[in-house]
Amino acid sequence: MTQSFRLNDVGLINREKKLSFKFNGVTYYGYEGDTLASALIANGIHLVGRSFKYHRPRGFFGAGVDEPYAIVQLYRNGETEPNVKATEQELFEGLEAKSVNCWPSVNFDIGAINNFLKIFLPAGFYYKTFMWPKSFWYKVYEPFIRKAAGLGVASTKHDKERYEHKYEYCDLLIAGSGPSGLASAYAAAKNGARVILAEDKSRFGGTLLTSDVNIGNQTGKEWADGIISELKEMPNVTVKNRSQVFGYYDHNMLVMSERISDHLPSTKKFHPKQRLWYIRAKEVLISSGSIERPLVFGNNDTPGVMLSSAAKEYLKVYGVLVGKKPLIFTNNDSGYETAIEFKKNGVDPIILDTRKDPQSEIVDEAKNLGIEIKFSYVVVAAQGYKKVKSADISKISDDKEQLSTIENIKCDCICVSGFWTPTIHLASQSGNKTQFKEEIDAFIPGESKQNEKTLGAANGIYTLDETLKSSFEAGNELSKKITNTENKVSFPNVVEKKSTVHDKFWCVPLPKGKNYKRFLDFQNDVAVSDIEIALREGYRSIEHVKRYTTLGMATDQGKTSNLNGLQLVSKIENKVVPAVGHTTFRPPYTPVSIGAIVGREVGKHSKPTRKSPMHYWHEKNNAVFVDAGVWLRPRYYKQGNETLFEGSKREAKNVRSNVGVCDVTTLGKIDIKGPDAAELLNRVYTNAWLKLPVGKARYGVMLREDGIVMDDGTTTRISENHYHMTTTTAQAANVLSHLEYYLQLVWPDLNVNVVSSTEQWAGAAIAGPKSRDLLHKLFPNSDVSNEGLPFMGYMEGDLFGVKARIFRISFSGELAYEVNVESDYGNFMWEKIMEIGEEFKIQPYGTEALSTLRIEMGHVAGSELDGRTIPYDNSLEGLLSKKKDFIGKRSLTREAFTAEDRQKVVGVVPLDKKTSIPEGSHLVKDSKAALPNPKLGYISASCWSVEYDNPFSLAILKDGKNMIGEKLFVMSPLKNKVIPVEIVSSHYVDPKGERVRS
Amino acid sequence: MLYIKCPHCGMRSQNEFSYGGDASVKRPELNKEVSDQDWDNFVYNRKSLRGKHWELWQHISGCRQWIKVERDTATHEIFKTLKADEEISL
Ligand SMILES: [Zn+2]
Repeated sequence: MTQSFRLNDVGLINREKKLSFKFNGVTYYGYEGDTLASALIANGIHLVGRSFKYHRPRGFFGAGVDEPYAIVQLYRNGETEPNVKATEQELFEGLEAKSVNCWPSVNFDIGAINNFLKIFLPAGFYYKTFMWPKSFWYKVYEPFIRKAAGLGVASTKHDKERYEHKYEYCDLLIAGSGPSGLASAYAAAKNGARVILAEDKSRFGGTLLTSDVNIGNQTGKEWADGIISELKEMPNVTVKNRSQVFGYYDHNMLVMSERISDHLPSTKKFHPKQRLWYIRAKEVLISSGSIERPLVFGNNDTPGVMLSSAAKEYLKVYGVLVGKKPLIFTNNDSGYETAIEFKKNGVDPIILDTRKDPQSEIVDEAKNLGIEIKFSYVVVAAQGYKKVKSADISKISDDKEQLSTIENIKCDCICVSGFWTPTIHLASQSGNKTQFKEEIDAFIPGESKQNEKTLGAANGIYTLDETLKSSFEAGNELSKKITNTENKVSFPNVVEKKSTVHDKFWCVPLPKGKNYKRFLDFQNDVAVSDIEIALREGYRSIEHVKRYTTLGMATDQGKTSNLNGLQLVSKIENKVVPAVGHTTFRPPYTPVSIGAIVGREVGKHSKPTRKSPMHYWHEKNNAVFVDAGVWLRPRYYKQGNETLFEGSKREAKNVRSNVGVCDVTTLGKIDIKGPDAAELLNRVYTNAWLKLPVGKARYGVMLREDGIVMDDGTTTRISENHYHMTTTTAQAANVLSHLEYYLQLVWPDLNVNVVSSTEQWAGAAIAGPKSRDLLHKLFPNSDVSNEGLPFMGYMEGDLFGVKARIFRISFSGELAYEVNVESDYGNFMWEKIMEIGEEFKIQPYGTEALSTLRIEMGHVAGSELDGRTIPYDNSLEGLLSKKKDFIGKRSLTREAFTAEDRQKVVGVVPLDKKTSIPEGSHLVKDSKAALPNPKLGYISASCWSVEYDNPFSLAILKDGKNMIGEKLFVMSPLKNKVIPVEIVSSHYVDPKGERVRS
Repeated sequence: MLYIKCPHCGMRSQNEFSYGGDASVKRPELNKEVSDQDWDNFVYNRKSLRGKHWELWQHISGCRQWIKVERDTATHEIFKTLKADEEISL
């Protein structure tokens, strides 16, 4: 295929570098610097897709971010990406793209039958039709909608690309590198401000790349190039292309997505595909320019109908003609600029101007070039199905109500210009209440809400001279306030052609007897008639009209359609546009890949992984790990083909009969120091702490102010004013914040310091009847006898030259100790314990055995202390001091908390002593009762009792105190289980607690 | 994302802080009689104001200090921040 629409010597593309690419399976060629859109148009391709609702043929409408049509499925380096705008995708060697919304092909699409049935698909069609009958929803409507809808297919594969996040701070963030962005950035940079200048396209300069102007004796592009290269040299300036500032959030935080590798055939090694920037700017200058508005006429969605500014961009930037017989349909001078560019390149355009007799330099130039101009003329309808072939045109009366005789003229494209809409999205997102500017029939930003200012065309200023002047001024003023430096730049001389006022007319009336669709929203197929129906049916609020008709709701968010929609509503309702108002602008301004939003926080990186110092020993010894919060803990140490059930049973049994060792490094640890430390403990724990001697540990429970148990653990008095608190793994961070809250805000008079020491200590729990024998050998110089180190005792010891803390505390219910050493010695400690423990048949045990041991002992833990239970529920009421006040005490007198039949922890054993009880199951009196079956309680934790060799569970049961011996049913509808059970004491093993003291 | 001035560390992004509720709530003193109504108000009842609101934040990923922040709950504007021991003026 030849690039028959490519000019020889115009444009900014690199003709030295030819690139091949595939579209719908056919190979074409373009040049480096092309977009997929410009390369396709160069090859004469104008049919790229099908529309969303009617599956009408779709071509190109714009040349950038505003594109509503040319959305393709992209294939790059083995990956596929939907919702890619061909107008934004830069061409690379080997690019592959396919049309979306069409089946079996873009040329013959079955869905296009909707187009002929469109009488059935007016506004609100989905709401009206798919409501009934209800049974049709799953079987008929949903599959139909799913198949018909969508703009491409998301990949179901893991995205191998890397996406980065970056946090940045600057004095001025400038969004857009057109004339206003360049001028303000330059002025601010000269004053020494830290400037970030962001441009969403690959080329800097915005409209300067295409407009016929002169700045300081240079062309617009030359001037822009000069400014950019100077800015790039300045250390205080960051210049970013391919970077879209898409969201303006609170406190001048803006988010920008930088497409680093999307324009390359594949991402370079160690490079991200995209980078998301979180930018906190002292001042924001919005120089996002404006977007040309369409004119509305019959079949104005036919491929070949496009914005006149886009036609000019394809010509001047890419050297591509969008047509060889162009018709320019305009209500302002902008269309003339496009016509003049065509003429200069040997193509004869015809201009249809809705105005009667406009007088301006640009109009004069067109006349002088001999361009055919028809004043007071409109396009009534485009003709042609897959591409414009001709246009029905007509003279229009002065009041714009009456058409005259319809003539048909041949053309291969219709370039429309309905004047310009400022891109106010960012300003509006910042909280700025917009205002309607009558002269341009559009909204511009109003009073600034945050530190933001909108410049140039985005602010409704459409002359270059005024834009540059005000932008230099703004950049200078804002930056000098920050840097206290002023290096004023001399203002260049600007030459531009003067233009005259536009015509407010934009929607061509239907000729008699014709029922052409006149589209407002090109991506969602919303036509003039849809808005008329919505209003006829009583929709008034523009937000409702939007949702009922889906105007402006597609991925382009109505960049080209919103204002015409508003104008139509205002015309029908006979209200001024500002009274109609506009719908809310919400971020993102353009679609952002989910990958960029997620960043590096994917899979294992979605949260940090914490490992104990003994982790690699566990790994080497076949530990099967489990997530415990952010920690990785051994669940069991697999021997041979053991299952979790078998392995954990073996480990637990060994603790009960010999000795086991468990890594308890993950327990939260808080170091507490100060003369008032005991007083703090006394206030936050429910039991008494003032008389705990040095060298003793105590178990404590802390409550929230509402009386619910917050956490439990042991705290040890290390020395006079020094305590070591342990918390559960899960609550460690919350408990520290809790203590800090009371110390800093409620009792600042207490002289206490708290600091987390979780990371500083490695911990090993040594449990089992032979644990003391092992301890004797580990600490030969310490008296670890029952007298020397009694239950809840503490001492310091010497572990082969390493200072160790020895606590005699037990979670397993066995005779047990916990040894702590500084983290760096953790592995040394562990290996010593294993080495010396060998003669006592020591085995490491994981969290599953740990749970088994504590459950059958009736020790409550996280599954009972679940943020819903009070001390009584956990049989911890014995730890509630009657003599002193403590956090949460007052709440315990609440009526529900003191009810006679208050829930309480109990033990549950299946009658058959065989069936395992699923955690989370409910306890009921009668398994066959009518639904909803009254729930008496729930199973909080289950295990296989190694002591009795049968299943055993803990449950929180209503009136648990009086339920011991009752026969109930456990029901788990999820697992489809009904198990007859007996309620027993929660202290299933060693109810008197003799072993821990032995 | 809010930008909060920690009185100890300076301007920091919201993701370094955790929210701690209404700063005007005063915990009843320990060991003093508290009526059911007063206790109820302290534990549960909050005004959920629209507009200016003194609230607590903790600079958890920074200096770990609890601070008081006067913020407009509707616009997110922050007017003032105070250290834990500085009294708020309602
Ligand atoms: Zn701080």
